[in-house]
Amino acid sequence: MAEEVIRPALWRRGLRNVALMSGGSVVVLMVLVAVLAPLLAPHDPYSQDLTRRLLPPFWIEGTDPTHLLGTDHLGRDYLSRLIYGARISLGVGFGVVLVSGLIGISLGLVAGYFGGLADMGISFIITTRLSLPIVLVALAAVAFAGASLATLITVLGLLLWDRFAVVSRAAAQSLRSRDFIKGLRAIGAGQVRILFLELLPNMRAALIVVMTLEVANVILLEAALSFLGLGVRAPTPSWGLMISEGRDNILFDPWLTALPGAALCVLVLAVNLLGDGLRDITGGRLK
Amino acid sequence: MLVYLLRRLAVALCVCVAVSALSFGLMFVVGDPAVAIAGAGGSARDAEAIRHAYGFDRPYVVQYLGWVGHVLRGDFGQSIYFNMPVTEIVRARLPVTAILGGVSFTLALVVAVPLGIVAARKPGGLTDRLALLLAVTGQAVPSFWLGLMAIVVFGVWHGLVPTSGADTWQGYILPVVVLAYSAMPAMMRITRSGMIEVLGTDYIRSAEAKGLPTWQVIVGHALRNAILPLVSLAALQLGVLLSGSIVIESVFALNGLGRLAWESLLRADLPVVQAVILILSLVYVVLTTAADLVNAWLDPRIRGVR
Amino acid sequence: MTLLDLQDLHVAIPTERGLLRAVRGVDLRLAAGETLCLVGESGCGKSLTAMTLMGLGPKTAQTRSGRFTLLGQEMAGRGRAAWKTLRGRGLSMIFQDPMTSLNPTLTVGRQLTEGVIHTEGLTRRAAEARAIALLERVGIARAGQRLGQYPHQFSGGQRQRLMIAMALMSEPKFLIADEPTTALDVTIQAQILSLLAGLQRDLGLGLLLITHDLGVVAAIADRVAVMYAGRIVEEGSASRIFRRPAHPYTAGLMAAIPVPGRTPRGTPLPAIPGRVPGLIEPIAGCAFCERCARGETLCAARPPSDVALPDGRVECHFPAVEIVQ
Repeated sequence: MAEEVIRPALWRRGLRNVALMSGGSVVVLMVLVAVLAPLLAPHDPYSQDLTRRLLPPFWIEGTDPTHLLGTDHLGRDYLSRLIYGARISLGVGFGVVLVSGLIGISLGLVAGYFGGLADMGISFIITTRLSLPIVLVALAAVAFAGASLATLITVLGLLLWDRFAVVSRAAAQSLRSRDFIKGLRAIGAGQVRILFLELLPNMRAALIVVMTLEVANVILLEAALSFLGLGVRAPTPSWGLMISEGRDNILFDPWLTALPGAALCVLVLAVNLLGDGLRDITGGRLK
Repeated sequence: MLVYLLRRLAVALCVCVAVSALSFGLMFVVGDPAVAIAGAGGSARDAEAIRHAYGFDRPYVVQYLGWVGHVLRGDFGQSIYFNMPVTEIVRARLPVTAILGGVSFTLALVVAVPLGIVAARKPGGLTDRLALLLAVTGQAVPSFWLGLMAIVVFGVWHGLVPTSGADTWQGYILPVVVLAYSAMPAMMRITRSGMIEVLGTDYIRSAEAKGLPTWQVIVGHALRNAILPLVSLAALQLGVLLSGSIVIESVFALNGLGRLAWESLLRADLPVVQAVILILSLVYVVLTTAADLVNAWLDPRIRGVR
Repeated sequence: MTLLDLQDLHVAIPTERGLLRAVRGVDLRLAAGETLCLVGESGCGKSLTAMTLMGLGPKTAQTRSGRFTLLGQEMAGRGRAAWKTLRGRGLSMIFQDPMTSLNPTLTVGRQLTEGVIHTEGLTRRAAEARAIALLERVGIARAGQRLGQYPHQFSGGQRQRLMIAMALMSEPKFLIADEPTTALDVTIQAQILSLLAGLQRDLGLGLLLITHDLGVVAAIADRVAVMYAGRIVEEGSASRIFRRPAHPYTAGLMAAIPVPGRTPRGTPLPAIPGRVPGLIEPIAGCAFCERCARGETLCAARPPSDVALPDGRVECHFPAVEIVQ
């Protein structure tokens, strides 16, 4: 009931929050670009034309008007590859967060709600997970499971649940002692019911914030892994991979490296701003 | 304090055991190590011989205990690629990563803490806005890309610094700055939010009421309390820095642990990968334990003074 | 000697809904060795007035005043920084909540002594000797050992004793106590108040005690100032104000105190009807007008002017007649 009272105010605060609105609109734009990539891209991002290699983008002399942002070392249209790259970044970002969120929230809920031995065990798992060097372990796992989009999402999902677990554990702990949960337990409501129908909706705000910030985190990590050659495999147009491919020509065509990196920056910045804005208006704090 | 110390060390020990088991298990999860050692040209019989020679046919627990026994004596086994002791290879590469991580961590801290304090004194002010801008961009820029761009701008176009390698100290400038820039935002933000919270407390008002000068109120009272979450985060960030050095070392062609691990992965040189994962994990465990002890020293309530 | 001579203090705080005129022309005087109680309900501006006297009001507050002499220094128009030469050097304060007003991570000894080590240049040993003497005076046993302990090792009542000792370390002439007992149990409240009253007498302190508890006022005040909606509506000797209040608001406050033996059991205490006016919109007439039984058209239209009383003053168009004459 309290929610109905808060909601209009929340919307109004949201509309007034500069970070939220600017970040949010860029994210929406990027999602649209990713979804509508086949309609927006002027060329097939995979079709090579070795006779038209390394054409420069429009602000450099010698450009070709059909390739607005030039072509890469295999003559593929760079704008099209950048547009399709948004699909990879966002797809991996959301995919991983779906997996890691599921794992992390379940663990955190159980630990925070039941406490005792369950909490000790799960806290230990969290501590152990935190002590692993994440980039290296992800690299190792991908290296041996074979680089592919599905592997990448699975591996990162299995590794990056820690923040979800920490936040939902803390939230469940503080909610457990609240009167309405005590009341539900007193009238004999089932544990599963309390966990998923009462606890989970009440920590929605905090979890949405974590989810947003984690998407940004995952996007950066995917780019780093692809850059190291152990993430998304060529010829898939991942921004991280494109940076790595552009590196070979960095002396004469630095724009090949600059463009996908700039796209990454804009996307991650927007997602982070969105997350910060959401945190500001919901008051969902993170430690 | 003693009870706290012992309990904390017990947890750290358990984590060490778990982490070592994980890095040991990695070898078996990812495939048959004997086949990997035999290489692409090896026959099934070669693999069988290797399996027996290396003791891979013994029970896992026995192998693990044997491995741990060696590790405790500083023996991480033999590198398949270099055909020399892993410990020697690691020892040669460790200083580069330690310098890179240590210096950029110090730089990040030296920038983050004063900036966080100044920003917190006037939230919404000019310094605060600039600090937040710096933090927001620092969190969004992929460090490996920033590194490449820095090489182009400062190394190639202006020729101010070497573009790769760490033969001279100048070679460290760009990687250190880039790495520090990625580690700074989180520490700045936590200092800032901690300071804002503490500066609004009643005990800060009490300190001011006593007639203490501003710097003494900020350093002696506010920072001491605001720094508690920073200490935990800083340990975590140092771990992240060491882990992130993998990417940076490959961008700047620095021969550190991270690059070693990456190359060893590509060469399927598992004993080296295992060793690096274990070392980085142990460093992390030591750091977080140290952070908890520092916090206990700073806050009597944590160390259970009654 | 006059410790405080304050005229026409205005403090306004910018809020999201507009400028909150929380203090709207307050006059206060306090002589050395005198106890003045500032009473009023929550939100009337009494704590803000106290904080402004300490130079610790909100940073965003807009402050202006007429004459503002504090311990012989003219403070009118000066910024927060000007108070640095007063705090811990003659001016001291005890805060509301002893549970949050002590730094949890520093020893009590450090917190007691650091002020005077800085302001008077005392050695640690000399400062600790003074702290031990004061702790014993405020009733904390084994003071020498307890200096090494942390705040959470003390009970609520003990912590307020610590706060009092801390405020007295600098041997102030002027002590402000902002509701020093509200956070404490009733039984402990009485002990702390009698301790405070005793110290005031023994040390000849000028004490400005801020409270909404009239029982406290009756016990220790020399003079009383009644604050309502950012103004002092009546001021006078404690003995007179309790027997014959001149302002209808003061009268309402007095009527709401139960007197054991005289107030019959079971009768509801008379409450003052209505609510305190919002302080964002300017108030045309008397702020108490809408809640006042004597209120007339004149009250809503024109702010009341001061009426001098033999022992003070009242701000009302229709004060209780017998006192004025």
